Amino acid sequence: MSVEDISVADATDRARVDRLRAAIHMILITVGPVIAALALGGLILIALNVNPLEYYAYTLRRGLFSPTGLQATLTRMGPLLLIAASLIVAFRAGIWNLGGDGQFLLGAVIVAASAPLMTAFMPVWLVLALCMVMGAALGALWSVVPALLRAYHGVNEIITTLMMSFLGVSLANVLVKLAFLDPSTTTPQTRTLPVDDRLPRLFGTTTSSGLIIGLVTIIIVHLMMTRTAFGLKLRVVGANAKAAVHAGLHVPLLTVAVFAISAALTGLAGAVDILGTQGNVRADWNPAYSLMVVPLVFLARFNGFGTIAFVFLFSVLSIGGESAARKLGVPNYFSLVVVAILLIVFGLTEYLEQRRQTIARK
Amino acid sequence: MASSSAPRVAAAGPVVSLRNVTKRFPGVVANDRVTIDIMPGEVHVLLGENGAGKSTLVGMLSGLQKPDEGEIVIDGMPVDISSPRQALDLGIGTVFQHSMLVPSLSLVDNFALGGAWWRRPDREGLARRIGEQATSIGIRIDPFALAGDLSLGEQQQVEIVRALMRGTRCLILDEATAMLTPRDAEQLGELMRRLVKRGIAIVFITHKLNEALAYGDRISVLRLGRNAGALGPEALAAADNHDAMAEVVRMMFGSAASEHTRGERRPLPAASELRTVLEATNLSVDDKSVPLSAISFAVGAGEIFGIAGIDGNGQKQLAEVLAGQRPIAGGQIALNGADIGRMTVGERRNRGLRYVTDDRLGEGTVAAFPVSTNLLLKQIGDVRFWTRGLERPAAIADHARKHVSEYDVRTPGIETPVGKLSGGNIQKVVLARELSGSAEAVIFSKPTYGLDVQNIRTSRRRIQEAADFGRAVLLISTDLEEILELADRIAVISQGKLVGTIANDSEARQKVGEMMSGIAQ
Repeated sequence: MSVEDISVADATDRARVDRLRAAIHMILITVGPVIAALALGGLILIALNVNPLEYYAYTLRRGLFSPTGLQATLTRMGPLLLIAASLIVAFRAGIWNLGGDGQFLLGAVIVAASAPLMTAFMPVWLVLALCMVMGAALGALWSVVPALLRAYHGVNEIITTLMMSFLGVSLANVLVKLAFLDPSTTTPQTRTLPVDDRLPRLFGTTTSSGLIIGLVTIIIVHLMMTRTAFGLKLRVVGANAKAAVHAGLHVPLLTVAVFAISAALTGLAGAVDILGTQGNVRADWNPAYSLMVVPLVFLARFNGFGTIAFVFLFSVLSIGGESAARKLGVPNYFSLVVVAILLIVFGLTEYLEQRRQTIARK
Repeated sequence: MASSSAPRVAAAGPVVSLRNVTKRFPGVVANDRVTIDIMPGEVHVLLGENGAGKSTLVGMLSGLQKPDEGEIVIDGMPVDISSPRQALDLGIGTVFQHSMLVPSLSLVDNFALGGAWWRRPDREGLARRIGEQATSIGIRIDPFALAGDLSLGEQQQVEIVRALMRGTRCLILDEATAMLTPRDAEQLGELMRRLVKRGIAIVFITHKLNEALAYGDRISVLRLGRNAGALGPEALAAADNHDAMAEVVRMMFGSAASEHTRGERRPLPAASELRTVLEATNLSVDDKSVPLSAISFAVGAGEIFGIAGIDGNGQKQLAEVLAGQRPIAGGQIALNGADIGRMTVGERRNRGLRYVTDDRLGEGTVAAFPVSTNLLLKQIGDVRFWTRGLERPAAIADHARKHVSEYDVRTPGIETPVGKLSGGNIQKVVLARELSGSAEAVIFSKPTYGLDVQNIRTSRRRIQEAADFGRAVLLISTDLEEILELADRIAVISQGKLVGTIANDSEARQKVGEMMSGIAQ
């Protein structure tokens, strides 16, 4: 800190230059790793005897630059954004809710089982609204055990949520095969919600309005965590639980609230995926979105807007990657490999960045 | 493994000598030209208050820290002890207050831990050698018992055996009796006497004077990092116990006449005329390490009530139960006559009870959060700064700027994460948060712990001012100088009980010293 007097104009000038430099720096350490990760992924593709340029070009064409691909990408973003919102609430509050897959599937199954039956005696908008509430409620319900164990007995929630997730995925399958089976088909699946009764599409495209639900939710969650007293309390608990006790916050109650909100959002994601895209749940269906979104949320450092960008990138890669897989024989999950490399490169960048700062301080 | 053949007293010279050793930490001189000779066949007791520099001395002998100046001489040769392993190789073994054994492993496996990783430990042979070593010093150990099943006293015996098996000639027992039951402490004392008969040198660090006199051959006293005096074997043998104790207390706490440095205070009305603000009646708290029982005191408006005592005697528990961070087991806490013993932290704060914690970064602040947020950490959701739960950035920033300038917090900005500030400035942030607004009673827990001289002075001035504004101040501190400087009345806490309350007059130093050392009850 300089103690000497500097004129106000100088100060503002310097502040502006500093801000600009900080912005450029920010872009460099955000975009740089993405390019590096794509390059490293390219090396792996070369090892697989696939031309990386061809793969990336095809992926981009099918995921981003073709109308149907882009619409599929945007539709896929809806549930992913809701899951990301769920994770942001949990992670910022220091709760590692990794049981999203179970919460997602249970929300999806209950909606897939009820929606086609409810349409018989209810207007569509009411069915959609009720189904979303049901999905959220079931997701939240599935987090009660880990929440109480964590809040009142300090049991590590990573273990309990993962365990509950296995149970939840299995239970969802059992429900599809035994309880909610569609009698009119031979494949084991639930009844199918007619396309007309699904979430409305946007502007005459095939993009589901689930995208809007996801975008609105994640922005609300971001603002809640960064701008409200409630969000600040959750962040205090997450950053330093002892300080939260010292400050008089009711840590167990807040912990339960975090679990409820987080799991409800994941359950909602399941509901939106069914109501907007899938229409039914086939037996043994498990897209495992929730664990895929975890690295994206980390990459964005729990920032809602950053997460939107990463979810978009990931959706492009995964939609395009699915087509590229069929065309070029690269496994479907190669998009996950790219995300994993990206995560590692970001980790390295952060490490180097911190070293640079400590050296600069000295 | 120079084990069963006990080292003989070869030469009369010291085993280990410290010569003018100085060790500095940022802002403090922990050891200032300390000179001590450790003779074979003697129990050398090291006495001193918290912060007198004993731990630093042990740290340098056991290879955890290196002296800045001066030298450590072993067998007449200056040595450089750069690691704990090297200290062991030089024959210096340390047994710390807390057990260093792995509780889930058997003793044999604990002993085998330092061995080469590719070699299968010879458990039978090792067990035999442990048994022999233990028998030779007159204790019994089952080498296949789990370390965690042993009492603390037994674990220490095991660690002594381990140190001897590694060829230790100079054994350091760092506050070894602090956690022991009286019976275990007595056994340890007897063991020490047996060991020195075999020519081993023992450095015994304790707070308890009666132990020092019962087991020690020689006593050195440290005070504020310097040699404050020593009693040799002749002097100890000649003086009767009571004289020796008085002499040691004088060395430890300074002479009453020369150093009584109580600040300028306005005269307080007699205790009976003060309006009682904070009162504890027969308070008790359950705790695994130090339960509190039968704690009663009253602090009046404008009074500073000091609680002195050696660290770890229930200070933390007392502060936390008063602030509402831990449940009360019995008794009452009253603030301005109203029972607050079962209220939440927030309700107590609203009634004017404030708590300045000693754990500034651990619980007092959230390191990664900005200064502005930390200043409001206990008021999240307050309508002045959050409208219907939505933050008002301008109000929060105004509040922060006001407090930063009022309390002279040196920070690059109010958005700077508090963890980036120095300890003194973090303390200022905490003080600003706790002392502003309508405080009625303030609990200070070790308010100057770990601060530099400048910030110690600032913090003490704030404590003084709080009392001058008519607040009831409870000053819990392990620094006796601080209590003597600030307090109107002084109580001593020992093993979860208050062992007496006295006025801070000219004899306070002697009396408190005696109560802290376990002489007077």
